[in-house]
Amino acid sequence: MNIAVCMKEVPSATSAKRLDPSTHRLDRSGDSELNPFDVHGLEEAIRIRESGQDIGEIIAVCMGRENAQRPLQKALALGADRAVLLTDPSLAGSDISGTAHALSAVLAKQDADLVILGQQAADADCYVMAAAIADHLKRPVVTQVAHLEIDGDKLRAKRQTEHGYDVIEAPMPAVVSVSDAINTPRLPSIKAIMGAKKKPTDVLSAADAGVDASRVGADGARNVVASVSPPPAKDSGRRIEDSGGDSAGEIVRFLSERGVI
Amino acid sequence: MAGVLVFVHHDDGEFAANSLGALTKAAQLGGDVTAFVAGSGVDDGWAAGLGAHGASRVLVADDPALEGGLPQPIVDALEPHAREADAVLFGAGVVSADIAAGLAARLGAGINCETTEVRSEGDGFVAVRPALGDSVMVESTFTSKPAIVLARANAWAPDGAGGRDATVERVPVTVQDWSAGAKLVGREQPEATGVDIGEADVLVAFGRGLGGPDNIPLVEQLAKQLGGEVAATRAVVDAGWCSYSMQVGQTGKTVSPKLYVAVGISGAIQHKVGMVNSGVIVAINKDANAPIFEFADLGVVGDALAIVPKLTEQLSSR
Ligand SMILES: Cc1cc2nc3c(=O)[nH]c(=O)nc-3n(C[C@H](O)[C@H](O)[C@H](O)COP(=O)(O)OP(=O)(O)OC[C@H]3O[C@@H](n4cnc5c(N)ncnc54)[C@H](O)[C@@H]3O)c2cc1C
Ligand SMILES: Nc1ncnc2c1ncn2[C@@H]1O[C@H](COP(=O)(O)O)[C@@H](O)[C@H]1O
Repeated sequence: MNIAVCMKEVPSATSAKRLDPSTHRLDRSGDSELNPFDVHGLEEAIRIRESGQDIGEIIAVCMGRENAQRPLQKALALGADRAVLLTDPSLAGSDISGTAHALSAVLAKQDADLVILGQQAADADCYVMAAAIADHLKRPVVTQVAHLEIDGDKLRAKRQTEHGYDVIEAPMPAVVSVSDAINTPRLPSIKAIMGAKKKPTDVLSAADAGVDASRVGADGARNVVASVSPPPAKDSGRRIEDSGGDSAGEIVRFLSERGVI
Repeated sequence: MAGVLVFVHHDDGEFAANSLGALTKAAQLGGDVTAFVAGSGVDDGWAAGLGAHGASRVLVADDPALEGGLPQPIVDALEPHAREADAVLFGAGVVSADIAAGLAARLGAGINCETTEVRSEGDGFVAVRPALGDSVMVESTFTSKPAIVLARANAWAPDGAGGRDATVERVPVTVQDWSAGAKLVGREQPEATGVDIGEADVLVAFGRGLGGPDNIPLVEQLAKQLGGEVAATRAVVDAGWCSYSMQVGQTGKTVSPKLYVAVGISGAIQHKVGMVNSGVIVAINKDANAPIFEFADLGVVGDALAIVPKLTEQLSSR
């Protein structure tokens, strides 16, 4: 069995995030990294292999800019066997519906019995891609999985809702998204970083992937940004830098000033 | 059926507050409001009660295939009615989001997530969401019919003062084989801790930054010193460090104590929505870029394991 892991390229946690005022798109000119939530998905795929399941290939799948090849190198260093990057100028400005369509087109050709996504994209804060892709692929889905077991051609997953935990079983092929608490991702070794250079990345255009051009890009978007504005103003809080616990006195004074102790 | 269709999630005989909020919001849009309830053994009188929240009609999809409440069979049941609607609204929720997403894919429709405001404009809808760590408000329109709107948690308060019953109509349900593939095989009831964090005046909440379950006594001692209780993030509950009943946030409890001390918590949106209305928020985090500092009254950049014991000590010697 093969596993595909959807991995998005997002601006690094340390770079300032802003929307380009003219296009209303996320300014992606700064440093980028793999969506941290998706590294948990890749780690889970590696653990499934390490648990003795017969895994043919682990494939990192990304739709993004051409520059996404760099963060995808990290996925290869961590343990993906191959990366697939769908990149095409016509995809820029795609909405959720368009992205789900395009990623599904790529995934449909990967022969992956299990597709794993992260809990959310750090630059979008949605948590919808897994269920949208599952509908396109006509496969069962379990989202926000905190514990996953694979047993032959069946999976068993535990996930939290507003009502506690559900335990769900589904036949594979299937789609899951994983909670960031499902595992603690490993760091790549120097040797693996070197070895990753020999692993292949297939770069696909929208046409290669069989993407329907009318559904993607800014022109195909069905949810279209009309305007952006600053949020309501609010007081900014006070900030202190601590060293070895030396701020305790100042915290106590603050609590006392505010009348909460 | 032109107008707005609202998916109403329920569990254990109770409608979800976020769904009722979406119904209230739909009623404010001024058009025709239809609620959609799916399940097995749905009581008509109970469903008709949604009239109080603004529905003039309730479509009831009642079928054994919908037992368990998993999302994919519900997409099948909802699809034909969604095709007729101008907009389909969903309150926040894990299952509701799965259904909204599946439906958007099925219909090739536009979906707006984390929505905090929606209005009708001309013959379409405008949805507003905060984005990029709530640093910007984004207004979007739709080129699809229906428009699919998924709300942020606690975006709209339910108002059940409508006082009239809705008409109830039972609708046929056809579920595809693959949609019925996933099966609910069990539920884990939250372990009762005997404490309702929603009632506490002071909460000391911890996240993954506390390092491990062995360090929980550090926050317990601080909570005791402050006369409060201990709460947690989903990350540490999912990881099994502590009980689900201690969780604050979208899928946990919504709290507003006088004082909320966040220890080693990044401040993800789904955590924020459950605690942002607390009186005073103090955050201790070693990462100066952590989102929690954007909405803390006092942000302390440093190592929680060094700060928390010292803080407890200083408070006890006052
Ligand atoms: C549908 C959905 C529902 C969700 N519902 C909820 C919910 O109800 N509640 C909830 O909390 N989350 C919820 N989440 C998860 C949420 O998105 C985050 O993943 C989660 O809140 C992160 O928890 P955390 O802050 O403990 O962990 P992390 O995000 O890993 O943050 C840990 C923080 O600790 C800091 N840190 C590390 N070491 C130290 C140290 N020594 N001293 C000080 N600071 C340190 C780090 O800098 C970091 O900021 C939900 C997600 C989804 C998709
Ligand atoms: N452009 C993309 N390329 C690859 N994976 C993606 C992309 N967009 C979203 N995903 C996947 O979908 C998950 C949830 O994203 P979202 O629902 O958009 O917040 C992410 O954690 C990724 O696994």
